[in-house]
Amino acid sequence: MKHGKWPLIVTFLVPPVLLYVFFVVSPYLQAFQISTTDWLGYSADANPVGLANFKALWHDDYVWNALKNNVILLALVPVLTIVLGLFFATMLAMGGRKGSAGVTGVRGGALYRTVYFFPQVLSVVIIALLWKEVYHPNKGLLTSALHGLGLPSPTWLGDPATAFWCVLAVMVWSNVGFYVVLFGAAMSAVPKEIYEAVLLDGASRFTTLRRVTLPLLWDTVQVAWVYLAIFALDGFILVQLMTNGGPNFSTDVIGVRMYDTAFGSETKFGYASAIGVVMFFLTLSVAVLSLRIGRRERIEYS
Amino acid sequence: MTTLDQPTTTAPTPVVRRDRPVRRELGVANTLSHGFLLVWGLLTVLPLLWMFISSFKTNGEILADPWSLPGALHLDNWARAWTGAHIGRYFLNSMVVVAGSVSLTMLMGATAAYVFARYEFRGRQVVYYLFVGGLMFPVFLALVPLFFVVRNAGLFNTWLGLILVYAAYSLPFTVFFLTAFFRTLPTSVAEAALVDGCGHFRLFFRVMLPMARPGLISVAIFNFLSHWNQFLLPQVLLQGDESKWMLAQGLFALSVSQGYAGDYARLFAGLSIAVLPVLAVYVAFQRQVQAGLTAGQLK
Repeated sequence: MKHGKWPLIVTFLVPPVLLYVFFVVSPYLQAFQISTTDWLGYSADANPVGLANFKALWHDDYVWNALKNNVILLALVPVLTIVLGLFFATMLAMGGRKGSAGVTGVRGGALYRTVYFFPQVLSVVIIALLWKEVYHPNKGLLTSALHGLGLPSPTWLGDPATAFWCVLAVMVWSNVGFYVVLFGAAMSAVPKEIYEAVLLDGASRFTTLRRVTLPLLWDTVQVAWVYLAIFALDGFILVQLMTNGGPNFSTDVIGVRMYDTAFGSETKFGYASAIGVVMFFLTLSVAVLSLRIGRRERIEYS
Repeated sequence: MTTLDQPTTTAPTPVVRRDRPVRRELGVANTLSHGFLLVWGLLTVLPLLWMFISSFKTNGEILADPWSLPGALHLDNWARAWTGAHIGRYFLNSMVVVAGSVSLTMLMGATAAYVFARYEFRGRQVVYYLFVGGLMFPVFLALVPLFFVVRNAGLFNTWLGLILVYAAYSLPFTVFFLTAFFRTLPTSVAEAALVDGCGHFRLFFRVMLPMARPGLISVAIFNFLSHWNQFLLPQVLLQGDESKWMLAQGLFALSVSQGYAGDYARLFAGLSIAVLPVLAVYVAFQRQVQAGLTAGQLK
């Protein structure tokens, strides 16, 4: 086995490592370095300014406003998505309970799963542009439906009071289907006898979900939580395309702040990188925290 | 949530529960669960359906009543989007770039993962964790320096640059997933082949790759969708030359120009052109697609 393994190791490993170091590792390292400079533009000099960018960040109200929005998203998007995902997955897996001693999937379950998964294969760009039209204040689907029912309609994305919630709804909408399928796959790995036993004991569906399904799926839920948290801290493309942070910064998120600072009206690369670095540590700590807090014992079926 | 009002602990009322008329309650629950499922199904489908239907209407019809059906099938909307707004060209551009980037990702990911899974050498762990560590970093953080790295390499506004960057940023997940996959393959086959005088390279291409096919397909689907749907990277790395744009950029431009021109039907047609093939591929290969995408989370 030993003979002649080096040619393969070298030819197989060197190109990916070079590519990765050049395009991924080096930009990340540079980001940290640039964040400590006052680099302004394409040709201007970059002078080291230490932590001045981070100090400025601390007093930047726009950044705090964007961060506040991200925190609200972080608090709501994962909970709503996971609750809806678990709810529908449970319905699909056990909606068709037969009699007192049988657990079957609901009829047409495969079709539901197919349809629910649609948003997951669509590009975020398409989702954003499509929903922007749905929310359109004149010819949008929502407005005209409300008018058709004789109800007044808000201007959705045009109103600072509603815009943020409209974006949040799209985030949940686009994610739920994926988690229905994910939780469904995890549920099908749970032995049926467990559910049948619970059912014989006369547990209600809600009890079953809370006391049996949720603990058994805990690992999956936890992973979902981390992914959704990272998603909520980002949300950049959706916001940029739907509202570009407006109206009046009501939907602004950190990603839009950073993009604007670097590639928008001004090219403050140093400052933008500092925002990126803060984001990085934020994302990392949220991920680590949710893994830590949610740690439980692993369950394996024998 | 049909049974929210019932006691949720088993202690106080076990007898009552056992005597409950089970069947009747379940019939109601069944209807209810279908109701909930149907509502979410409609919520998912309705915007897409509306987009397709509107793509066949005239702008006047769209403005008059968004819920109406088209009076006639106005296919000229699709033609205006395909040629007038160059959606056709952007579609082909995206296909070329994604074909290149997915192939490159798979080749580099599979070879690196194979080495990590099957060969012992000093520093292996370090290099492996260098790759996998990339899973935790958002692309965003690297955006500004990446722009300059690409520009200094003379790859700004080129497809090659985009292909290399897509591949580089897909390596962490691809390597992570495929290393785990190669480890699950039996070693006996490889040992037998080596004893029979099969070279290391031949072993990989002739024996190991075919054995790893299910894993390769899952990751390839995952990478295909994430490259196809990419918006941020082309937005930054392919800013200038409009004729080279990716589909996502073209759609965005279409949406922006629609704001001025008021040609809603063209926008809906453009979006439909982008959605239709992806949905068709998904429906045809849905089991693989769902497995490929959820595999990313289930480890």
